[in-house]
Amino acid sequence: MNTTLKTYAVRLFPQVAALVVILLMVSIAFPGFFRLEMQNGRLYGSLIDILNRGAPVALLAIGMTVVIATKGIDLSVGAVMAICGAVAAACITAGYGLAMTLLITIGTGLLCGLWNGLLVAVLDIQPIIATLVLMVAGRGIAQLITEGAILTFNDSGLIFIGSGSFLGLPMPVVIWLVFGLAVALIVRRTALGMLIEALGVNRRASMLSGVSTGVLLIAAYVLSGLCAALAGIIAAADIRGADANNAGLWLELDAILAVVVGGTSLLGGRFSIAASLLGALIIQSINTGILLSGFPPEFNLIIKAAIIVLILVIQSPRAQSAFVFLSRPQAAASKTGEETK
Amino acid sequence: MKFKIALASATILAASMFSAASAAELTVGFSQIGSESGWRAAETTLTKQQAEQRGIDLKFADAQQKQENQIKALRSFIAQGVDAILVAPVVATGWDEVLQEAKDAEIPVILLDRTVDAPDNLYLTAVTSDLVHEGNVAGKWLVDTVAGKPCNVVELQGTTGSSPAIDRKKGFEEALAGHDNLKIVRSQTGDFTRTKGKEVMESFLKAEDGGKNICALYAHNDDMAVGAIQAIKEAGLKPGTDILVVSIDAVPDIFQAMAAGEANATVELTPNMAGPAFDALDAFRKDGKAPPKWIQTESKLYTQADDPAKVYEEKKGLGY
Amino acid sequence: MQPASSYILSATGIDKIFPGAKALNRVDFSLRRGEVHALLGENGAGKSTLVKCLTGAYRRDGGRILVDGADVDPQSTLEAQNLGIGTVYQEVNLLSNLTVAENLFLGRQPKRFGLVDAREMNRRARALLAEYDLDIDVTAELAAYSVAVQQVVAIARAVDLSGKVLILDEPTASLDTHEVAMLFRIVRRLKERGLGIVFITHFLEQVYAISDRITVLRNGQLVGTRETADLPRRDLIAMMLGRELVQEVAGEHGAKGEAGPVRFRFRGFGRKGHIQPFDLDVGAGEVVGIAGLLGSGRTETAEILFGAERADSGTAERDGRTLDLSSPRAAIREKFGFCPEDRKVDGIVGDLSVRENIALALQARRGWARPISRGEQDRLADHYIKALDIRTSDREKPIKLLSGGNQQKAILARWLATNPDFLILDEPTRGIDVGAHAEIIRLIESLCEKGMSLIVISSELEELVAYSSRVIVLRDRAHVAELTGSAVTTDGIVEAIAASAGRADP
Repeated sequence: MNTTLKTYAVRLFPQVAALVVILLMVSIAFPGFFRLEMQNGRLYGSLIDILNRGAPVALLAIGMTVVIATKGIDLSVGAVMAICGAVAAACITAGYGLAMTLLITIGTGLLCGLWNGLLVAVLDIQPIIATLVLMVAGRGIAQLITEGAILTFNDSGLIFIGSGSFLGLPMPVVIWLVFGLAVALIVRRTALGMLIEALGVNRRASMLSGVSTGVLLIAAYVLSGLCAALAGIIAAADIRGADANNAGLWLELDAILAVVVGGTSLLGGRFSIAASLLGALIIQSINTGILLSGFPPEFNLIIKAAIIVLILVIQSPRAQSAFVFLSRPQAAASKTGEETK
Repeated sequence: MKFKIALASATILAASMFSAASAAELTVGFSQIGSESGWRAAETTLTKQQAEQRGIDLKFADAQQKQENQIKALRSFIAQGVDAILVAPVVATGWDEVLQEAKDAEIPVILLDRTVDAPDNLYLTAVTSDLVHEGNVAGKWLVDTVAGKPCNVVELQGTTGSSPAIDRKKGFEEALAGHDNLKIVRSQTGDFTRTKGKEVMESFLKAEDGGKNICALYAHNDDMAVGAIQAIKEAGLKPGTDILVVSIDAVPDIFQAMAAGEANATVELTPNMAGPAFDALDAFRKDGKAPPKWIQTESKLYTQADDPAKVYEEKKGLGY
Repeated sequence: MQPASSYILSATGIDKIFPGAKALNRVDFSLRRGEVHALLGENGAGKSTLVKCLTGAYRRDGGRILVDGADVDPQSTLEAQNLGIGTVYQEVNLLSNLTVAENLFLGRQPKRFGLVDAREMNRRARALLAEYDLDIDVTAELAAYSVAVQQVVAIARAVDLSGKVLILDEPTASLDTHEVAMLFRIVRRLKERGLGIVFITHFLEQVYAISDRITVLRNGQLVGTRETADLPRRDLIAMMLGRELVQEVAGEHGAKGEAGPVRFRFRGFGRKGHIQPFDLDVGAGEVVGIAGLLGSGRTETAEILFGAERADSGTAERDGRTLDLSSPRAAIREKFGFCPEDRKVDGIVGDLSVRENIALALQARRGWARPISRGEQDRLADHYIKALDIRTSDREKPIKLLSGGNQQKAILARWLATNPDFLILDEPTRGIDVGAHAEIIRLIESLCEKGMSLIVISSELEELVAYSSRVIVLRDRAHVAELTGSAVTTDGIVEAIAASAGRADP
């Protein structure tokens, strides 16, 4: 168990370090950054904002991590968010109950994922092309549902998912934390994680070893669809309306970025959901930090890109080996420590 | 001479037979960009309504955000021999050729909502709003409302670099010039969306002492204002009272907020571009009087005093 | 001794140190003009490291390198090329999506008015390849040709660029007999032209067929350099393994296990376009060998037996009960196992650890919901690492970092962990070093003794003869002959292949 913990610590160190550094940098630019207070029974402060605003990307990153681990990619998640937000708004305004609305919406997300999964696993279409179909068509479908307008609703139950709170935490935060933990536990406590990694590294060898590669592939995209549905519900509930044009726009790229910043290779194989969630938080910390810092908006994208390039450079194998070289005495010491165990 | 008159009367006869068949005075083609926003949808609805009221046979073509579709639509209108063409151009360039074709066919073209980079003799007129003026109206309202009291303003900009964002900012700043009691303390882009409007407003509130430091919000569109209003409420403040909210566009949802006292004012970007366009067309056809090359639509200010609940009901059906 | 000038390349006291290991320790190596010099040693002996030092891919940490008697210090493969040293690797490192001519002249295309003169380039390419008796369409993509042809193209390019020393790193590993013969013709011709050729391989017969001298490395040390003619095979193996092998790998083994009653019965089993329907019986504790030239349907037979390709005719039974072999998953449920020929593509899951690779098939059979606990996996891996002598620093090492032989043993372990009754091994000893080779053969024999039914496909006929109780001979995607009992001899198999080939080609 101790070694397992140690493995996790080593795996997550770069992401945790990057997050801490970014938070410290923001707190220099904006002194009140770490202040937290209770307000109307919920925590209130910039840190909570990061957790809360990061919810959609964090949720998408969970599914994206698994899809990328299979050597795939899911470009459709942003559009599926828009579809699901539109479906949720349409259902609730049509008078369905909250439970029914959520059921239909989540079902829609699962169907979208199933569609992607079938294209990839059965028809063997390259994932980037297969999911591009829904990425392009999905927003159109969402616009059909909302008829091009922002479909607003006033159902307190649905709104609660976007802006309510549970145990002092905003609901979106609770949802992504619980869902992320559940998925991480399911893949790591069962053999799914290992089978997915095997599939991602070498699909044919895995198939020849008896791994149900087709089913696993479909399941990965279905999970991604489910994540997009949850993110879509949260995004719609947050603004009390489904904005088919803008909901989830470009978030697929942020989700992919979160996975990459989390250190999972786009070539598939080894993955860490926790690291991707940290990646999502890093991205959101940069976003929130920029907003708090008061720079003119023209600089937003440049600052964001610069920080991300820096993180990726630090994570690159070359830079890592340079660090190892620089800190050789400690590295050697810790290695002997490991061996004596 | 006699022959000519005979020919002319024959033509008139034929024309009147045709118009009898179509049961309409006038046939007008309308090439719309698409339905990318609620405002656009409302513009389409209102254009159709205006045409119906005036007994105009409107031929509608949705270009799905593509200029090539618009050019195709224009050519087909020309081929059908419509009496006039309305076009909401998706981009500014690349129109010279097809506009020349329309001119050669003696079909007047009226631009709606946006202008083009083409010689202005190729079209009859352009009906658009004045973005700078809209910002100006919003700014004037704020200057009048705070009446000399010191006031820190936060601004939610549109998409960075877009002309509405640049012009609405410019107009607003012009109105504030010389009023040193008003100061823009924070200005960030909210990308014209509710989600970003809410997120950016949350950060403004944190950055400005939980919002106690903010006296007014100016948003470049109503959607961002609607998002920001929720952020203000969630921060435990009263939008419309603790923080004044003024925005632009006048979409239905902001009237709901105004009716609830959560928003204070909005400047209308009217979706009724077709009304002035048809008026100009009528005048031109009746006595050949060419209208000015630019017809500016009214940037009407709505406040809580304008019965927002009623306006909401009126606007709701327009497809916003 | 010959005068120094007769050495085209001479390296003395080469050291190469990697973090935590000395890969080369004061190694001497010399190459004469017009000789083929075999560089041998088990995997990890330092052959590749030495080659990389010579070609500038690695910087050496000590020693001298002389080309034509002059000190050189190549910093890159390009520099080595300019000094006259060219290299061709087992995995041809050309650009398979460019044409043959483009590959030959990449970076030095003939120019005309500043543009590539394609006509001139193609003409020169044809002329160049003609020297190698290769008459192919040089404007076709390289990928359109077989590995053997690609290899000749690579050699042509290397010789054309460098012209003094040609290093061939396992060039024959993926070639069939004819292709090897073609390659050797080319090597002999280059030798006549005065090139020095370094030849790295695992096939000892080939060493004796073509080389003039042999240098053996072991654990980064030079064991010795001998004239091939003066070095008996047994002594060579002893030099390589550092221990006196009682029996040479391909020698006589213990008595083949008495085949039990027929357990697996295939009737009219086949798939259109892959392999013609065949009948096959395999008893408990029996090894059935499959022989045939490359492309004769060997791998296709394995794939259909394992369900990797679904049979479209015939039946499969086990003790009278019909088997479901519709997919590898189904076959695994019937206690089948399959070690594929192309280890890298079909076998190993490179980025995963040795432990995970060993546990994979068992885990897949148990299903995702019943994970093998980490402790169990560790025990399983440790057991097989020890039982099969898989050489790895620890079980968590990514399998791609292991040598070919150890990867093969890990794949075998993957199947043994599932406790199969029917195991198909496709070229289990291809491209692995002599030590591992012998171990795998011993393993096959012990599995057979335990009552497992095995199908072994191999192009090493001595090997097949050693452990098979019967040998099926394939040609043109059909089973054409079956040798049993005393008929199972190398000569017998060769005759059967030749006879059937004769029938096909009257």
